[in-house]
Amino acid sequence: MDFYRAHVLICAGTGCSSMDSRLLRQNMHEEILKRGLDKEIKVIETGCFGFCNMGPIMVVYPEGTFYCQVQPSDAAQIVEEHLVKGRPVERLLYQHEKESTDTVEMENIEFFKHQKRVALENCGKINPENIEEYIAQDGYFALAQCVKEMKPEEVIDVIKKSGLRGRGGAGFPTGMKWSFAAPVQADQKYVVCNADEGDPGAFMDRSVLEGDPHSVLEAMAIAGYAIGASQGYIYVRAEYPIAVERLKIAIKQAREYGLLGKNIFDSGFNFDVDIRLGAGAFVCGEETALLASTEGRRGEPRPRPPFPAVSGLFGKPTVINNVETLANIPKIIRNGWEWFAAMGTEKSKGTKVFALAGKINNIGLIEIPMGTSLRTIIYDIGGGIPKGKKFKAAQTGGPSGGCLTEAHLDIPIDYENLTAAGSMMGSGGLIVMDEDTCMVDIARFFLEFTQEESCGKCPPCRIGTKRMLEILDKITSGNGTPEDLTNLQTLAETIKDASLCALGQTAPNPVLSTIKHFRHEYEAHIYDKKCPAGVCQALLSYKIDARKCKGCSLCARNCPTEAISGKIKEPYVIDQAKCIKCGECMNRCKFGAVIKE
Amino acid sequence: MSCKCGSAVKDERFVKIDQILEQNGRDESFLIQNLEQIQTALGYLPEDVQSYLAEAMDIPLSKIYGVVTFYSLFTTEPIGKHKISICLGTACYVKGAGDILAEFERQLDVKVGETTKDGKFTLQACRCLGACGLAPVLNVNGKVFGRLTADDVAGIIGQFE
Repeated sequence: MDFYRAHVLICAGTGCSSMDSRLLRQNMHEEILKRGLDKEIKVIETGCFGFCNMGPIMVVYPEGTFYCQVQPSDAAQIVEEHLVKGRPVERLLYQHEKESTDTVEMENIEFFKHQKRVALENCGKINPENIEEYIAQDGYFALAQCVKEMKPEEVIDVIKKSGLRGRGGAGFPTGMKWSFAAPVQADQKYVVCNADEGDPGAFMDRSVLEGDPHSVLEAMAIAGYAIGASQGYIYVRAEYPIAVERLKIAIKQAREYGLLGKNIFDSGFNFDVDIRLGAGAFVCGEETALLASTEGRRGEPRPRPPFPAVSGLFGKPTVINNVETLANIPKIIRNGWEWFAAMGTEKSKGTKVFALAGKINNIGLIEIPMGTSLRTIIYDIGGGIPKGKKFKAAQTGGPSGGCLTEAHLDIPIDYENLTAAGSMMGSGGLIVMDEDTCMVDIARFFLEFTQEESCGKCPPCRIGTKRMLEILDKITSGNGTPEDLTNLQTLAETIKDASLCALGQTAPNPVLSTIKHFRHEYEAHIYDKKCPAGVCQALLSYKIDARKCKGCSLCARNCPTEAISGKIKEPYVIDQAKCIKCGECMNRCKFGAVIKE
Repeated sequence: MSCKCGSAVKDERFVKIDQILEQNGRDESFLIQNLEQIQTALGYLPEDVQSYLAEAMDIPLSKIYGVVTFYSLFTTEPIGKHKISICLGTACYVKGAGDILAEFERQLDVKVGETTKDGKFTLQACRCLGACGLAPVLNVNGKVFGRLTADDVAGIIGQFE
């Protein structure tokens, strides 16, 4: 084995790749080669570090120097200054107003300080395309331990005791799920990995698959051993090309090393994994719809029972686990259930990955122990709201969840508390909204999404969500009437009760939760015909402040409907009857004279 | 024996389909994967392609049509030379992706889902690309553009014109 005096880790996840990290890696290779240092310094392409809006990210070891927003053109300077002369390139270090400017090491940065990485442990640490690096992190050790030293029921017992619950949304205890499928007699059983990450704004599964694909394969094999399955399928979105590619490489390598296939570790246990691509249907995240899609059919759900544990893929007993759930399993086996159960709250053990996005400074992927407060997430890890704006709400659970308000900032986040607050854990999307976000518009946005993604099989979801969306459209376009709120609530309750699958059962949640916490915003739209956040176009009017207007005529010349008139050097006026509210005048005005009310 | 149907040469597209089926398999569980690769190769999935696939995989055409129209990834209409997909995931939406979409609609004079008359651009709204750190984002022919404002629209169109 070769020894290197320095390792340069460069993120090759989707976020950083979109910002030319590939070219950066190439340039680093070239600069290192040019100086004949390729035997001393190794460049490694890793998975996602999570700090996506600071990308492309580079970490140089042994010092652990954290560089951010590195451009391909910076390669020469980093090699020359840091790797040859040993001086960190200061202008590329992470800088934050709250922290001292000389934050060099990754672990001292606020964004990483409060995190506890379990599922994401190897992301940003190893090269996901090299199985040896995974093995060097004790990879496949847990699988060996299971098949060589443990009985299947002992494996299930460990997972049960750890308290691990499904990370895909519903939070069903994983060990229980396995124990349902294990005793069923069948000639064939399956393990399916649900990697159809449909919640818009959540991307933790993608990061695990891109950054640590072997952990998922290892966990699937462990699940296969526990329930007596010999075949696994990963159902992954076609929208994640990098993840699919890394999975293919990982499966090939695992087969070559005899870690998938026949007679694994000479134990007589056989297990193999194949990939099935999803083709863009949100409903396929629902387990019975996912199974239908894996079989090559329309992804429509079916009533349960029978549950997949009894009759799943191709009618055989099947265990379906989410990517993040699986990523926890090898670590639980290796470190013991006591280690896992020691983290988190009474009923929610371990950690949870959240995708932090929206109106927040530090956008990215974070993993925190269950029980961390929303305040820590938003203000310490997330670095607060940009431009000093005021926090309004955070949406968890995506289109199936609800919003948390200022009053919820200090509750410990776990499955129970989020449900009690009228939201849900969901897959871990956490979208932060500030005072400029209109909650009625957000509810409409989510309902439009679920309406479009409703598969159409059951009428409450197909027709009910359509009627709700029409009412919301009516309200946001200024035609709302007082009975709309009651109608929305009645419809919502019916859809929740009568829909076939979780998509319909949860679709009304964003509406119900915004009505509960932000009723005054709905009322402002309905009674005052005003959008307090200034988002809903139909309820806005543009006006020119006569005191600020210099009469330059720029707005009038750019108005597409010639709604603005006036004399040069005198204040202009907007004819409200002609105005289409495109906002062009406001964009053009150099004096801030155009106001939106 | 040679073919008597009038056209001695097999449609090139069908040769490509045969290759894909050979590689993946003809079992029904490979249908979505096959459709995805066929669409990548041919651009879209017109009726004659679906009929050919129905024969080749021994699946009723109605079923294939059902699958093609169910999933948003598949299209039965030809798409433009450049595909502009604007992410309308929550993170992008909150950061103003709707305004950017509207600006593209205005400048290209098409509605979302349509192709420009000259066949150059197809404007699509897509689901979360998972690049929320760069929100709002869009993807043109696989290249991702991030941190956009409505002012960037003209420049992006210009790059591909």
